[in-house]
Amino acid sequence: MKKVYARPRLLKEAHFHYCPGCGHAIVTRLLAEVVEEMELGGKAICVAPAGCGMLVYNYFDFDTLESAHGRGAAVATGIKRVRPDNLVFSYQGDGDLAAIGTAESFHAANRGEPISIIFVNNGVYGMTGGQMAPTSLLAQVTTTSPQGRTSKREGHPVKMCEVLAVLQGTSYLERVAVNKPAAILKTKKAIAKSFEHQLKKTGFSMVEILSPCPTNWKMSPLDACTWIEEVMAAEFPLGVVKEVPC
Amino acid sequence: MKKLMNGNSACAEAAVLSGCTCYFGYPITPQNELGEYMAKRLSEVPGGVFIQSESEIAAINMVLGASVVGARAMTSSSSPGISLKQEGISYLAADELPAVIVNMSRGGPGMGNISPAQSDYFQATRGGGHGDYRTIVLAPSSVQEIADLMPLAFDLADHYRNPVVVLSDGMLGQMMEPVSFDGIKRGKDYVKDYILTGADGRPSRMIRSLLFDVKEEEEHNWKLFRKFQRMEQNEVRFETLLTEDADMIVVAYGTGARIARGAIKRLRQEQLKVGLIRPITLWPFPKKAIQQAAAQVSDFFVFEMNTGQMVEDVRLALQGRGRVHFYGRPGGVIPTPVELFRIISRHYYQSVRGKKE
Repeated sequence: MKKVYARPRLLKEAHFHYCPGCGHAIVTRLLAEVVEEMELGGKAICVAPAGCGMLVYNYFDFDTLESAHGRGAAVATGIKRVRPDNLVFSYQGDGDLAAIGTAESFHAANRGEPISIIFVNNGVYGMTGGQMAPTSLLAQVTTTSPQGRTSKREGHPVKMCEVLAVLQGTSYLERVAVNKPAAILKTKKAIAKSFEHQLKKTGFSMVEILSPCPTNWKMSPLDACTWIEEVMAAEFPLGVVKEVPC
Repeated sequence: MKKLMNGNSACAEAAVLSGCTCYFGYPITPQNELGEYMAKRLSEVPGGVFIQSESEIAAINMVLGASVVGARAMTSSSSPGISLKQEGISYLAADELPAVIVNMSRGGPGMGNISPAQSDYFQATRGGGHGDYRTIVLAPSSVQEIADLMPLAFDLADHYRNPVVVLSDGMLGQMMEPVSFDGIKRGKDYVKDYILTGADGRPSRMIRSLLFDVKEEEEHNWKLFRKFQRMEQNEVRFETLLTEDADMIVVAYGTGARIARGAIKRLRQEQLKVGLIRPITLWPFPKKAIQQAAAQVSDFFVFEMNTGQMVEDVRLALQGRGRVHFYGRPGGVIPTPVELFRIISRHYYQSVRGKKE
């Protein structure tokens, strides 16, 4: 029988802690695949966040480090400046990157640190139980916006790719999704492209991934994927936001 | 050869001579000369990294990143900035990563002012951030001693894989004194088998402090505790002055100890038998030295440029076996040796002479 799929070699034999239908599981697997296919397992250093993505270090079979909440870009900066030939990427959620860690993300981008940020945007604080995130949509009901987010009270959702695009230090910013097979393949390509930009030291790169959180959205996994397509992507348009020649 | 230098610049030069290749910091008075010196000096060092970070929080996390890949890294700041670094210091301690943090402290709390004070003693000696941890705290008393302590700070950080704090103040940071760098050099190389370099030809490594299993977390805490106990056994440093015949012993550190020296000189001229114990490590605190002194002396006079912080450690060391006198000036006031001489002599006459007569 022909083998069509195998566990990536750089993914440890561990059970994911992610909830059923969670996009993190796909992103985690894609990262292991890309690092393996680009033969970067011996060079990769992953900075894990606080949040649902924090346990990626239990899954990746390459060097990993836990960062304090939001400080991934600063920690990655310290690593990359000392070891410029390593592949350094930070895995971060929306609260981590766009709320508590906005300053670190913004200034690492502005300095053009040749690091990659894998930004998982699911519009909610997952690990703490579904509070409003900086990327929650208007009218989205969360445990801390029980009447739905309003622009007057909570402000508009933060579009980090567009925010960082104005900075001259950024070289590649793309928004993708993991809600259907074609989108997942695009996400994989975007991650690889971000790593290529890093290896060629063109500047700071980030891949923003719209990712389902059925548990906190209180939807079935299938409905969550449809919601990304019909609602979330309308607010967060998919595609390359910025790319300089690599 | 001696150079006339301020404490901030001397600290930076000594750090570089000690093998520090990475400095991350954010401007704050009264320690700006340190970062400015590093900006220039580290550009001459192979692999030297200097970043003026966007915040103190970013700076300490850059230190963590540089440390995790094996570099000798440091940051410096002054009191309000050190508060911001506490998150990162807690992570460094939890992850067992070396780093050196210099605090040229100033008057507080809050914004305080930019004058020298010793009001960060509690923060420095009790860990400072969240969780059950300690940092070794070195307290220099001159520009030369700032320089002398830097190789030790980096060695202790590497030896114990723990953050080390150099607690000085704006007085020593700003003051110029002749300083020699002749004896200041990098100590031995430490084998760093824990650092992240990429899992090339070896199993992958993971550095983290999150331990959901409470038994694992408890054991991690005890493991750190045992390390702190080793520090308490092996790393206590202090200096004594005229304690042999003393009836009263002054306990003071850093700038406070320099003022105390001047006061003691005058007290001795007046035939008042007063000596000095100067802790060089504020943590671990030289409690045995104080306990041993209590065998012959019953009066201890604690002088600090704050409202009374180290005085608690003196009381804890004595366990009620001596009388503890205290004089403090918080808020950035620098008392003169004459002022301190007057206060100490009053206490001396009331307590020591009163007892003798």
